[in-house]
Amino acid sequence: MDTLLSRYRNVTILVLVIMAQLVLLAYQVKSGSDVPLIRVWAVTAVTPLARTLEGARSGLSYFASNYVTLRDTTSQNRQMREELGRLKMENQYLRNELSTADRARALSVFQQHTQSRTLAARVIGAGAGVGSKVVLVDRGSTAGVQKGMAVVTPDGIVGRVMGAYPFSSQVLLITDASFAAGVVSQKNRVHGVLKGQGDANVKIDRVQSEEKVEVGEWFYTSGDDRVFPKGMPAGRVKIVRPGSPFQEIFLEPSGSQSGVEEVLIVLEGVHQQIPDLPVASSVIHLLPAPPPDDASGIDAPSSTAGPATEADRLRDRYKALGAAQKHTFGEGAPGSKPPDFNAPLPTATSPAASTPPVAAPPAATPAAQSATPRPAAPPASTPPPTR
Amino acid sequence: MYSSSDRILLGSQRESRISKFRPWVLFVVPLLAILFQIYIPQFSKFMAYLDMPLLVTVYFSLMRRSAVAGTFIGALIGLAQDCLSKNPLGLYGIVKTLVGYFAASVGLRFDVDHPFIRLLLGFFFFFFHQFFAWVMFRALLGQQVGFDLQQTAVLGALNAVVALFLFHFLDRLRETS
Repeated sequence: MDTLLSRYRNVTILVLVIMAQLVLLAYQVKSGSDVPLIRVWAVTAVTPLARTLEGARSGLSYFASNYVTLRDTTSQNRQMREELGRLKMENQYLRNELSTADRARALSVFQQHTQSRTLAARVIGAGAGVGSKVVLVDRGSTAGVQKGMAVVTPDGIVGRVMGAYPFSSQVLLITDASFAAGVVSQKNRVHGVLKGQGDANVKIDRVQSEEKVEVGEWFYTSGDDRVFPKGMPAGRVKIVRPGSPFQEIFLEPSGSQSGVEEVLIVLEGVHQQIPDLPVASSVIHLLPAPPPDDASGIDAPSSTAGPATEADRLRDRYKALGAAQKHTFGEGAPGSKPPDFNAPLPTATSPAASTPPVAAPPAATPAAQSATPRPAAPPASTPPPTR
Repeated sequence: MYSSSDRILLGSQRESRISKFRPWVLFVVPLLAILFQIYIPQFSKFMAYLDMPLLVTVYFSLMRRSAVAGTFIGALIGLAQDCLSKNPLGLYGIVKTLVGYFAASVGLRFDVDHPFIRLLLGFFFFFFHQFFAWVMFRALLGQQVGFDLQQTAVLGALNAVVALFLFHFLDRLRETS
């Protein structure tokens, strides 16, 4: 027996190792559960290394880009006159500000405007395996991340957390073949299931052939999957092919169009309404507010001329009433008593003392306005205009 | 360099010398290969087609010329790769265990220092790895994944070329007797 074992030692060991892994695999497939401890060890061991690599890379690229910029500036200063150089740099700066969207700033703005509670995270690695659609982000369970949480960018949904480890998390991208999410179209409210294809496009499944979906239409999350809050953009329809019983609809995902580097993990999602209006397709530039008029101008109305309109007279009257009743507008708590706008005006103090009293609707007062719940903000996740 | 008259089969047992590596090499190189696999593809999607953990498994198994060592090297690298992917633990572990075992067995019969042999083995083992992984996905996990023969062949050729340079570099980390 010993001779037999020693003769077939290599094959015996091979079979034992494979059997052990098969048992491990069968346990996971059968029970549908993972072996979290081993994964936690592995990911926790790799995270600091990946973080160090990323830090070194970004530091190096920052230095290199700064160095190149400095060299360019110096050569420009040598070759051009001072005034021309200054204008060129200013022009360049303004162009950069307009044309390139700073991702971090966009995320920050999105975070401030969205009603959901989110956590910013940075992609520090990809999943191991050829053509993997999994990324590793630098926020984990210690930051409040849990398995199943949605991952988004201001442009749209990106994926969901498939594993939360102490200092990092694995995110399954929407392009992965095993990804699925409930979506609804913007125009006709057609419900479907978004599925990854393993390539750049995703597919909308389960849309009956009689439902109307148009090319270019936007799809938003429906909230049915309990992962993504309702009203987050998923992407724009690229191809619609008739089929039976379901149509073939391919979508261009909006969240990962320009690559995934910084993302937001939705810690507490808040459902939002799907916008009715078509999505803007171009940047609308608004001028800043005009400066105050010069009082000495010829056409400027004199500041001592008194109220010019009925609204001005009303405002002055309410101000006087508020001052007489020691009420500061805007500071009353919801439900607190508003000032009495029907009370007689204090004598000879108001410029509008001669104005006949007008009953003011209570809801129009600033205090009442502050107590009124603000209407739901338009989905902050509305796809941003093309940059 | 090798000329066309160089032998690719080992003539005697004495020629099949076992290459030795320092322990840190056996630890750091696979770790770097796995880090490469999870970090680099985010900057270049092209790099995602290189399977560095596989190439490292093949190299150490070939050079150690021990089926047992190849088996364990493949199993450990495969399991580490599984831990960092979405697959159940053991999927790439089993595939790479087999790769390690067969690579070590091949290393006993061929002159694995020969560039042509390395090119051939790099291609063969990539193809074997992809095919066996496909079988595992379908048979054990029941996933309907496709197997593109042409694409796998092209990627195999790409990995084989990279293997040639990688193996040449790793040769410098061998202990000189």
